[in-house]
Amino acid sequence: MRLQQTPAPPPEGRPLLEVRDLRVSFFTPAGEVRAVRGITYQVDYGEVVGIVGESGSGKSVEAYAIMGLLQPPGRVVGGAVTFEGEDVLAFSPRALTTFRGGRAAMIFQNPMTSLNPVYSVGEQLMEALRAHQKAASRREAAQRAAGMLERVGIHNPERRMRQYPHELSGGMRQRVMIAMGLICHPKLLIADEPTTALDVTIQAQILELMKDLQRQTGMGILFITHNLGVVAELCHKVCVMYAGKLVEQGAVDDIFYRPGHPYTEGLLRSMPRLDDQERRRLIPIQGTPVDLLDPPAGCPFAPRCPHAMEVCLGRMPPYVELGPGHRSACWLRVREGLSTSPAGGEEASHG
Amino acid sequence: MAREILKRIGTAALTVFAVATLTFFLTRAVPGNPFLSEKNPPQAVLDALNEKYGLDQPLYVQYVKYLGNLLRGDLGVSVKLQKDYPVARIIGEMFPVSAAIGFFALLWAVLLGVPLGCLAAYRRGRGTDSALQVVCTLGVSLPSFVVASLLLFAFCGGIAGWKLFPTLFQAGDWRSYVLPCFSLGFYPMCYIARQSRASMLDALGQDYIKTARAKGLRTGRILFKHALRNALLPVLTYLGPQVAFTLCGGFVVETVFTIPGLGRYFVQSISSRDYPVILGTTLFLASFLVGMNLLVDLLYQAVDPRIRLGREAA
Ligand SMILES: Nc1ncnc2c1ncn2[C@@H]1O[C@H](COP(=O)(O)OP(=O)(O)O)[C@@H](O)[C@H]1O
Ligand code: SF4
Ligand SMILES: [Mg+2]
Repeated sequence: MRLQQTPAPPPEGRPLLEVRDLRVSFFTPAGEVRAVRGITYQVDYGEVVGIVGESGSGKSVEAYAIMGLLQPPGRVVGGAVTFEGEDVLAFSPRALTTFRGGRAAMIFQNPMTSLNPVYSVGEQLMEALRAHQKAASRREAAQRAAGMLERVGIHNPERRMRQYPHELSGGMRQRVMIAMGLICHPKLLIADEPTTALDVTIQAQILELMKDLQRQTGMGILFITHNLGVVAELCHKVCVMYAGKLVEQGAVDDIFYRPGHPYTEGLLRSMPRLDDQERRRLIPIQGTPVDLLDPPAGCPFAPRCPHAMEVCLGRMPPYVELGPGHRSACWLRVREGLSTSPAGGEEASHG
Repeated sequence: MAREILKRIGTAALTVFAVATLTFFLTRAVPGNPFLSEKNPPQAVLDALNEKYGLDQPLYVQYVKYLGNLLRGDLGVSVKLQKDYPVARIIGEMFPVSAAIGFFALLWAVLLGVPLGCLAAYRRGRGTDSALQVVCTLGVSLPSFVVASLLLFAFCGGIAGWKLFPTLFQAGDWRSYVLPCFSLGFYPMCYIARQSRASMLDALGQDYIKTARAKGLRTGRILFKHALRNALLPVLTYLGPQVAFTLCGGFVVETVFTIPGLGRYFVQSISSRDYPVILGTTLFLASFLVGMNLLVDLLYQAVDPRIRLGREAA
């Protein structure tokens, strides 16, 4: 990969972001909703990691936890989030404000509502910069903001900065959001379904833009989507999330060509492909996701899995290493006699 | 834009005209006469008075004459309360008294109500919020004569050693203004606090607040820059007409504290059927209201760029 502007060389062996056995629950009147139930993965410097899963699988909640954006009744109930060696979950409110938007930025699904309607685009961009670089004068900030807009492909940035969000199209607004996220040169960008609300041609443009920006800046990206197709474009690594758990993770090729979990296979079958000559029928995954108020003891996918066995209902499958960096939690793989990892999904079933 | 404003002013003038017409005929439809009182004067005197003020003529003649005078800016003279004194001068003398009290009443209502509402929204569900909710619910359900009378009793001699304020209103003495301002502003304060809390909660739940937090902004900025500006619109909507009503005087408060204000006088004019005074004060209030609504529309645009007079952007 061509990196024009590499961030500080990563300290030996230390990942940019490390998420270990993270658990998040919402304490609602109906009970504890276990939205995230012990997930472990890491993002290296300059790496693009995709998190894929159906709507409601806990992707956004997990991202909020990393950014310290969870609000009551949601709370991290276990695990650790480490950013460049620092414990994010232990940050003070003050430290969080420098972390957010400074070292790690986040953009959201709906560009139509993510910008404040009553402030101009320029004002909101400059504010993002000045929140972290107090010394920057208004003029400097304006210049940086205009430069940033140009980098995300917005022409005539001075005019755009004077405009209000409602005067911009959805794609344009998402570009503004990206510019706002990147204005302080974060090392990690969390993109929560950034293209889901856009129409297909704009989606492709935004993905292309993110790919370019990632190459130019060398930042790490955590790319959240429910669309496996989008992942292939952009990501190095993929985590497949189901009912608050990562059921499979691996390099993009592993996931696409050697899927090791029936849920991943289902996602692949239900995914439209551009190179599809035979016009295969898309097969949606049957059934509905599990109830996170009372998650099952066994494999959460069992009620919908065509291969479900007796053991699947009773116990959570452990992680099985399918190859370097490729693992999945499925009893089928255990049966195949591959080596299991004791610290995997098995342990995660107690939470 | 300029055309739009002109159009609005035209509509406003029409509204005031409609109010004038309605009020004119409604006051006449109510039984009674300015000159009939407990003493029942002789018929000859009544006839003379009716003739003097033109009340003997057919109603439509009176109406046309009234409108004619109105167009020349003449509101006529009082026929009963202050015989032959021009209505315009009455308003000119009484409005400042009411307006001074109303202004300070609304000032404290806004300056306290908005921040309290924000605070309650920010600390929603916790002790501060609940306490404020109780006070404000009480505030909007207590009739103002109860608040005013309680205050008058407590601080004007009812409780030994607590006589902090004069019982009789003295224009120019600041101590005479404290309790009226408090009583008059209490309801709007509570109302504004509730309103700001609700609209603040709504604003705080919006996606752009999440963006603001993700940018690393401090809580104060998020609350007072990003949420408040969006939350202000409903408060403005309430404040517009409220300014007109409050500045024209609250009848109850002016009565309890014996303030020679427009609000009290207006009610007196109704009970004594002083037609020109009723019409004059009503028209004054109506014009004020219409003007405030126009002003609110203009302010809306200053607060929210999506709103443009005449067209509302999606
Ligand atoms: N404020 C909340 N209160 C209760 N439950 C919530 C709340 N927010 C999210 N959840 C739960 O967390 C689950 C995961 O949500 P989310 O992370 O938004 O899913 P997605 O993968 O679509 O981003 C939801 O199914 C819901 O049950
Ligand atoms: S563990 Fe069993 S139910 Fe779960 S995915 Fe594997 S085969 Fe299906
Ligand atoms: Mg989501």
